[in-house]
This record gives sequence, structure tokens and C-alpha cells, in this order.
Amino acid sequence: MSNSYVAEVAYLVLVLPLIAFAIQIFFGRNLPRKGDWVSLGAIVGSLAGSLYIACQSLSAHDPQWTVHRIFDWFRVGNAYLLGGVLVDNLTAVMLVVVTGVSTLVHIYSTAYMHGDPKYSRYFGFLSLFSFSMLGLILADNIFFLYCFWELVGVSSYFLIGFWNERQAPADAAKKAFLTNRVGDIGFFLGIMILWHQLGTFSYVDIFQAVRMGEMSGLVSILGLGDVGLLTLAGLCLFCGAVGKSAQFPLHVWLPDAMEGPTPVSALIHAATMVAAGVYMVGRLFPLFTPSALLVIAYVGCITAFFAGTIAITANDIKRVLAYSTVSQLGYMIMALGVGGYTPGLQHLMTHAWFKALLFLCSGSVILGLHHTQDMREMGGLRKKMPVTFWTMLIGTLALCGVPPFSGFFSKDAILAACLEFGIGHPQHLALFVLGVAGAGITTFYMFRLIFMTFYGEPRNLEKYDHAQESPLPVILPLVILAALAIGSGWGHWFQDRIQPPPDSQFFLAQTGWGGEAVHVADEGGHGGAAHTIAMLCSILAVIIGFGFSYILYFSRTISPKAIAERYPTCYRWLLNKYYVDEFYQSYVIEPLLAWNDFLFRFDRKVIDGFVNGVARTTRVAADILGRIDLYIVDGLVNYLAEIWLELGQKVRRLHQGRIQEYLVVALALAVLFILGHSIVS
Amino acid sequence: MIPIGLHAYLVVAASLFCFGLFCVLTRRNSIGLLIGIELMLNAGNLNVVAFSRFIGSPIEGQIWAIMVIILAASEAVIFLALLIAIYQNFNTIDVDEIAMLKE
Repeated sequence: MSNSYVAEVAYLVLVLPLIAFAIQIFFGRNLPRKGDWVSLGAIVGSLAGSLYIACQSLSAHDPQWTVHRIFDWFRVGNAYLLGGVLVDNLTAVMLVVVTGVSTLVHIYSTAYMHGDPKYSRYFGFLSLFSFSMLGLILADNIFFLYCFWELVGVSSYFLIGFWNERQAPADAAKKAFLTNRVGDIGFFLGIMILWHQLGTFSYVDIFQAVRMGEMSGLVSILGLGDVGLLTLAGLCLFCGAVGKSAQFPLHVWLPDAMEGPTPVSALIHAATMVAAGVYMVGRLFPLFTPSALLVIAYVGCITAFFAGTIAITANDIKRVLAYSTVSQLGYMIMALGVGGYTPGLQHLMTHAWFKALLFLCSGSVILGLHHTQDMREMGGLRKKMPVTFWTMLIGTLALCGVPPFSGFFSKDAILAACLEFGIGHPQHLALFVLGVAGAGITTFYMFRLIFMTFYGEPRNLEKYDHAQESPLPVILPLVILAALAIGSGWGHWFQDRIQPPPDSQFFLAQTGWGGEAVHVADEGGHGGAAHTIAMLCSILAVIIGFGFSYILYFSRTISPKAIAERYPTCYRWLLNKYYVDEFYQSYVIEPLLAWNDFLFRFDRKVIDGFVNGVARTTRVAADILGRIDLYIVDGLVNYLAEIWLELGQKVRRLHQGRIQEYLVVALALAVLFILGHSIVS
Repeated sequence: MIPIGLHAYLVVAASLFCFGLFCVLTRRNSIGLLIGIELMLNAGNLNVVAFSRFIGSPIEGQIWAIMVIILAASEAVIFLALLIAIYQNFNTIDVDEIAMLKE
């Protein structure tokens, strides 16, 4: 069997970056070139292994192709935990995406981070992140998934706060970590529900048990109503995805995470880590009940639409892309929610390529302009940075979903799935409408970015004059990613291999409402009236979005300022990101701080007061005891000693120290004794 | 010729003992003390030998007497060693001067 080496290669793929991380952390600074080649070599090795696995997956031509290797992790009494790797088509694709983007980011970083004092540590963290993400993908049980999930979170924390000597990145890292924690609590609860009910962490066993109809019970939540246990577990697990994939309302950390180095933004906050949530929903897809999926779909839809609108007013080039990422992740989640398993995951794959491309391009612009991120200071860079311009344009077209770029195929399939769902359930047609509107908005703000950055007159001449094209290690990844952004959606290879897991059909067929959507996904998305309508709508939306953008930012027939002034409330809400941060500030953070303050005072006054009181009492008691000891006990002992001293003083007179006197006494006594004895006898 | 009886020996020994005792009690010089002690020991010896000659087996008393002489010799050695040590410390061997316990 040619598959026999897949599991071994998978282990190798996983372990290489971990070894690189260990080497970097302990010896990195003393290695030649500060050890960037260690990390780069490790990730290239992982990429090679991933490509091998992908080739096996491609040549198998089987949607159910799976390699599952289990090992006994540990046993405690009767409880035992199995570990293992699960490699199927989805895993194979994700492996190539993660290692591919990671390799390119490594190459890019050698130039972007050149001369940074913490250069070797940066590469160490990149390796750690790659390891965590690969482990997350390869895990065959939820427990491992959760471990690597947290590892991904912590590496993200390190990398966002990489420049932690400045305040903003340190704050952003904290915010990202804490926001993720909120979601992870839900994730953890979900895992605990499954463990409690089924006693297993393994995907295979869980799906098996769910298919057999276990966990079909109801639970009452605070007496408000009954919820299916499985629905509850699914929603809890989805909370984790909400945190990690930056879905509304936990999306606030992602734009702030842009404080990290730009290659990190590309790797973690666009292409891979934020994909973890989507990947998790896809991986656990058979678990989610129709009601859970409906919630998921709406969360995704709201996120997709509303993050898009925020991006319209953002001025920081990376923040535009960050909100666009949030929005695209919303699309993926929405697709999974309406049962569009294949389109959602395909968008995950294509989005990884073109969003990494866009971020790396923005990094190139930032590098060219000597660390300027504000688009209002850019303009006219097309001639100064031709390669960056063309690759960024390709990325933008792919993101907007212009045929024949890769984004077109996946986004189109998502919208088609939404439309199918909407036709089946007219009350949920809003998902499709908002999705199409979101596509138009995406085009609008992306071309706004292109026009503001690369066209028009330079707004800041001094910076413009110093602008220059970036060096080869930056350009090379851009070109490779641009090729992938164009071509990764072509053909049917993805749709042929990644299909909804058969277990999930159970729910979908039973309730009937998701069946059509899955059906569309099965067909690969290029047939059916719904698909044609969806395609036309999305192309129309793209054209409208482009038109507005062109009028406002290229020909400048209408001034954007005029519109902003005409709808001031609307503009203010968008500029302030719908006041979500402010909402958290005043309704979550401040009450929490007030509560903390109260606890602090309580601690200070009551607990500390009690402890201090006890201490004071003890001191007084000790003082009294000390006096008793000193005057009564010691006094008695001293008094006894004095009696003996005086007695001794009196007795010592007898001892003159003259031997002869003693002898006289002895003699006298002896004589007396003898005399007395003779008298008596 | 009147045979010399046991009494004669005992009288001589008793007077020898008294001389020795007197010497020990009156002498200020430590060496005088030693001589006195030696006299008393020899008085004892004389008694032992006499008793043994007239009452018990003749040889037994002589053995004990020799034992005592050996003892006295050892005692003299220790005594003189002590005296040297005392002299080095106090620069005198007058027994009244070296009454340290007094004060």
C-alpha cells in the first residue's frame, strides 16, 4: 500500500517545526544568520511532507480517503486516552495550505524582519505556530484539537505582542488572548458535554455515537426552555470558533492584532490561525444539529455583512484587510451553517492564498514606505512598486470574486448554497441577500484600497519619493501566491474529494431542510438554476461595488467627504466600528474593573483587616505570655538558683584548701570513732 | 636473751606511723609531706610483716609488703610529677600557698 507511509510522514511534518522551535529558543542567537535557516528548513521539510500526503490524497480519487493511526497515549486506572493522527482529504489540503503559506511567510520574513533585535526569537515563534497549527489539523480527537487550539492561541499571543516594548502591541496581544479565552470557555464546555455523555474524545467514536442516536436527550436551560443536548454541545463548540475565527461578537481582537509584524498578520490573522475555527466547524460537521447550524449561519452572515461595512471607513491599510478577513470568515461560517460544506471549506482554502497574498503585498507597501500604514499618506505607488501593485490587484480580484480568479468559484458556490437554502426556506432568504450585498461591499472597499494606495496623486510627496520596490525575498512569495490566487479554484479536484461526511447526512436527510444545499455541494456547484442566479447576482454586486469605488475614489466625481457629511450618523457608526469596542468597554470591561476594584477593597479592608486583627491579637497574647515567662517562670528558676547560690556561699567557708587541716579533721574523727567504738564495746 | 615478741614490732610500727603522721600534719614543704606518707606506709609494712611472721604464713605478708613498696614508689613518682607541675604554676611548693579552693 502506498498509503502506508502517510501516517509516518504526517508525524514528521508535525515534529519538524517543533524541533526548529526548540533549537531557535535555546541556540538561535548564536547560530549563523541568527538561525533563520533552521526554521525555514524545517518548514520546507514539512511542506515537502505535506505535498507527499497531498499527492497520495489526489491520486486516491476517493472522497472517503482516510489514514487513521492511533496510539495509546496514557492510562490512569480504567480511564485511558488515545492519541493519533487522522489524515483525510481535508487534512491534506489544509496541510498544504498551512505549510505553503508558512514557508512563503518564512521567506518573506527574512527580508521584512531583517535587522530586528529579536530576529531569532521571531523565527522560533513562527516555528511554534506552524507546529501548533499542523497539530490542530492532524489531531484525531477533540482533546488534541483543544490542546493545539490553545497552543495556536498562545503563539498568536507571542507574535501579536512581538514588539512588546511598545504599548499598543502588548495591549493588542492581551486583548486577542482574552477575547479568545471567552470563546474557548464555550469550546471547553462543549468538549466536556461530549466527554460526559459519550466518554470519548475521538472524532470517529463521537460521530459513530451521534449517528446511533445517542445524545438525543433534551436539557432545560435555566428553566427557560428545552434544548437538545447535541444542539447545546454544538453551540458550545461553535463558541470556540467564534473566538478563534473572529466572528461577531468576538471579532474585536482581530483588527487590533494587526499591531504584530505584517508577515505574522498574513500567516496567522489571515490565512491559517483564524481558519482554525472554520476548520473545526468543518471537522465536527456531523455533530451540528439543524438548529445549531441555523445559529451558525446567522452568526456568519451578520459577521460577513457588518465587518464588510466597517472596512469601508478604515484608513489603516492593514485594518481594511483585517475587517475583510473577518468578513470572509463570516462567509465560510455562513456556508457551513446552510449546509454548504464543500463551498465553505473551498473558500477557506482559496481565501488562505489570496488573503496571505494581500497581506504580504500590504507588508511590501509598508516596507516600501518605511513603515507607513495610513492609506491617506499613500497614492500613486503603481509605478514605484509594479510587482506589488500587480500581485495585489490579482489578490483583490480574487477576493472580490471576479472570474476566473479562485475566489470567484468558492464565493459563488457559497452564495449558491445560501440561495438554495433560501429557496427551500423563504424566511431565511436574508442570508443570501446579505451575502450578495457583502460581496458588493467587499469589492467597494478593496478597490478603494487599490485606488487610494496605487492610483492618483501621491498625497505625501516626501514618502513617495523615498518609496521603492521591495527586495527579492519579499517579491518571490508574492508572485507564487498570486499564481495560487488565480489558479487554486480551477477544476473540480476540490469538490471531487471534499464532500460532506456521510454521518452528517443523517441529520440533513432526517429533517429535510438542509438536503438541497448538500446536494448542490455534491454537484460541485456548476449546475442548476440557483447557481446561475447566484452567479449573476454576485457579478452584478461586484460591478456595482466597483462602480461606486471608481466614482468615489478614482474619477472622484463625487467626493467621499460629501457622502460622509450627508449621512453623519451612519459614517460615525462605521468609523467607530459600530461601537462594539465601546460597548465592551462600558458594559463588560468597566463593570468588571469596578467589580475587581470592589473585590480589591474587600480584600484590603475585610480580609486583610481580619488577618491583621488576628496578627495583632497574637502579638498581644505573645507579649503577655512573654511577661509571664520572664517574671514568673524565669523568676522561679532564678529564685531556686539563688537559694542554692547562697547555700553554697555558706558551705564554701568549710573548704579552706589546706590539706593538712583536712587531715587533722580526718584524724580527729578517726580517733573519735575508735574511742567511741571501744567505749561502746 | 629475751626474745623479741610481736608487741615490740607493733610498738615500733605505731611510733613510726605517728612520726609519719606528725610529719604530714606539720610540714609546710610538700616534699616533707611525701616523706611523712612514706613513713606511714612503711609503718604499715612493718605491721604486715610482723603479723605474718608471728601469726599467719610468713611469706604472704612479705609479698604484700613488697606490693606496698611498689605502690609507694609509683605514688612517689606521681607525687613528684605533680609537684613539678605545681611549681611551674605557682612558683612554690608550700602547701599553704597553693590553697586555691579558699577563695
